[in-house]
Amino acid sequence: MKKLQILGTGCAKCNALTEAVKAAANDLGIEYEVEKVTDIKNIMAFGVMMTPALAVDGAVKSAGKVPSQAELKALLSVSN
Amino acid sequence: MGSPDHFFMMKMKTETKETAPEKPACCCGAAGGSGPQKPGGFAVRLALAAIGLLIWWVVYRNLAPFAAWLSYSVLPLERGSHLGESVEFFVFESPKVLMLLALIVFVVGVVRTFFTPARTRRILSGKGEFVGNILAALLGIVTPFCSCSAIPLFIGFVTAGVPLGVTFSFLISAPMVNEVALVLLLGLFGWKVAGLYLGTGLLIAIVAGWMIGRLRMERHVEGWVLELPAAAEDAEESLTWADRLRAGRESVKDIVGKVWVYVLIGIAVGAGIHGYVPEDFMTSIMGKDSWWSVPLAVLIGVPMYSNAAGIIPVVQSLLGKGAALGTVLAFMMSVIALSLPEAMILRKVLKLRLLLTFFGIVALSIMLVGFLFNLLM
Repeated sequence: MKKLQILGTGCAKCNALTEAVKAAANDLGIEYEVEKVTDIKNIMAFGVMMTPALAVDGAVKSAGKVPSQAELKALLSVSN
Repeated sequence: MGSPDHFFMMKMKTETKETAPEKPACCCGAAGGSGPQKPGGFAVRLALAAIGLLIWWVVYRNLAPFAAWLSYSVLPLERGSHLGESVEFFVFESPKVLMLLALIVFVVGVVRTFFTPARTRRILSGKGEFVGNILAALLGIVTPFCSCSAIPLFIGFVTAGVPLGVTFSFLISAPMVNEVALVLLLGLFGWKVAGLYLGTGLLIAIVAGWMIGRLRMERHVEGWVLELPAAAEDAEESLTWADRLRAGRESVKDIVGKVWVYVLIGIAVGAGIHGYVPEDFMTSIMGKDSWWSVPLAVLIGVPMYSNAAGIIPVVQSLLGKGAALGTVLAFMMSVIALSLPEAMILRKVLKLRLLLTFFGIVALSIMLVGFLFNLLM
């Protein structure tokens, strides 16, 4: 079970990232749970300076963009 | 990490297949493309880019005759008539501005892959006040920034030990002195006005930031910000040139896709003024001799929210009808640099007093620039 956290205060890109992450994870067929982190204090606890950001199992993997499906799959498939 | 009530939990099962989302409408960073990258050597890409640039140039050079031909040969409009002037203006300016915009946004999109906020912060955190203010203002031009990232960025800078005033220099320069504004000014008014805008914009960012630093207002930052742990260093991404070019393409899709409507509306308003408002109409209202026009322009401009792309075509028409350069420049700067939505976002991290000081100092600096230009030019 991977824990996928979407960091962002709720702009349109955060939703886009959420959908893109789900699509990539579904394609890979991995088990996961998605959590949206919308509170600015909690977002800052991850140390990112650009939103939306994606954290996998607590580690920030991308920030400030919606990565492509290929990139997302690469991020999600390493280090189980 | 915070308590669970801050979190909006969603449990997902893996059985539903979802399609990739449509392009979002936020300004932060570059959106990722979908699908894997096409193979292709660097030489091929370079050749394609050269051909594309050539076509761009040829089309760009032929816009004026095309606009005249369309307005007076295809459409039954009379040369010199109000409607004819307006239509020709619109048909000429819209593709011109959009083409300039696409080209520069692409170039800047590529350049920005070299300047991440993390790198900018690293550069700034070791610097003293005055040098730091100058550097921050300059870095504001090339570091990717948008108002929805303003808070994480602000916190990231402050917790990393970047002085408050230096952080403000960056926050002022990043939206105001941006590539879209500079390109449009260059394309519509020439290098002198663009240079003036660049120079005074940087000066305002440096001086206003420095003043806020001098005022020692650190205690007017919301307390919780300073209690946060220093933001961690982001891992340095290693990008290939293909990645950087892709980032450029994505930012064109993103930015031009978002602002083209405003550009067209702006040009349409401009076209209306161009064709119908008599020459020198603005001289009495926004001319040099009415001293009150500068503060009034700033007063109207500050709460307004528009990007450079939308406001510049309007500005062009105002100038063409006899408005003074300083007044127009002040109006434009105040629209782009400060806005009500930005104030509301920043209120989350700044106490009211600091927020008002920030807006006050910047608005005052812009007014001074307006007066100065009206006096000199």
